[in-house]
Amino acid sequence: MKPLKDAEHLVRIAAVFLAGVLLFLGARALFVPKSFGQYGHYRADAVTEIAALPVVHAGHDTCEMCHVDVAELKHKGKHAGVNCEACHGPQARHADDPSSIKPALPDTAVLCARCHEESAAKPKAFPQVVTAEHSGGLPCKTCHTPHNPSIDSSLKPGDEK
Amino acid sequence: MTVSRRHFISLTGAAVVAWDYVLAGAPESSPNYQATDHWWAMLIDITKCIGCGNCVRACAEENHVPEGFFRTWIERYHVDDFHLEDPRVDSPNGGKDGFPPIPTSAGKDFFVPKLCNQCADSPCVQVCPVGATFVTRDGVVLVDEKYCLGCRYCVQACPYGCRFIDPERKTAQKCTLCYHRITKGLTTACCEACPTAARQLADLKNPKDPIHEFLKTHSVQVLKPQMATGAKVFYNGLDGSVR
Repeated sequence: MKPLKDAEHLVRIAAVFLAGVLLFLGARALFVPKSFGQYGHYRADAVTEIAALPVVHAGHDTCEMCHVDVAELKHKGKHAGVNCEACHGPQARHADDPSSIKPALPDTAVLCARCHEESAAKPKAFPQVVTAEHSGGLPCKTCHTPHNPSIDSSLKPGDEK
Repeated sequence: MTVSRRHFISLTGAAVVAWDYVLAGAPESSPNYQATDHWWAMLIDITKCIGCGNCVRACAEENHVPEGFFRTWIERYHVDDFHLEDPRVDSPNGGKDGFPPIPTSAGKDFFVPKLCNQCADSPCVQVCPVGATFVTRDGVVLVDEKYCLGCRYCVQACPYGCRFIDPERKTAQKCTLCYHRITKGLTTACCEACPTAARQLADLKNPKDPIHEFLKTHSVQVLKPQMATGAKVFYNGLDGSVR
């Protein structure tokens, strides 16, 4: 009796198996992105791609490089801690191209009320008014200067500043 | 949907092109930024939040968040006297347009800003079957939009409800802690826009960051600590009724 008399069957199966493994390894090398697994079970390049997204809010440091006078006025008053883009909105495009992209002037009748309209849920120490009673819908800058919001006695209702 | 063999073969060409784009790699950015030098977190002081909605609007503009979805939002709580188990919570349009004023009544009212908690042991990362969501070396949970299949496991896994499927791209989206800003030395858009400094970006690996002194001297809590997610958004003045 000959052992392994049908050995060629086994050789054929082994060859097919080997070809399958090679195909899998080849496909894997081809399809898995190069940076996958560099730091963990993810594509490391995704981190750099997300970090490279454009910025929309310039940040108050950028604003204050040009608007020195406003920054100085603001830092003297109660709004010292309020950043420029909290009221003026995102301005990175304006910072990139100051001459052609001009920010819109916010309407103080709407803008100030967002923070200062009275609500029971706001911290008690935060200055709040019922705008309807306090100003009757007049823009707040009729009496207050937004960058330094103490009452400006030189202003009269109707004056613009 | 039926796809003919001819159509399928023609699609493989497009798939090859798309895959090339995935393999091509990333543009170079912020060369001076060392990810291993940072471990990002956020501090939210509920006693300072006035519910103005600036953070929600700033986030939407900074990150082009689709209308009706939120990467950060504000909830307003109302708790009647001792009924901590049964707070009344509202968040009209995520607080994006502010909150309608409410009269003072019995009980207490307060605002709770919410966002991704940037968990160190995040359930969303654990369930992602393809490695499309992960914790970076500087502690931010991100989504790889090119790898995400949109299977929604992560949306279900997040105990804080911070994820959604982008209606256009059909991939998962969430707060990136403004990763494109913090790696350039800027703060997040929500922190930049917050008028009362109720939100503050914090770097736990920076010994000079004021958060260390704050954590030492205040009673600070994370959301759902029983979930052991390693949440890194710390709340000061968090009421027991907040879920």
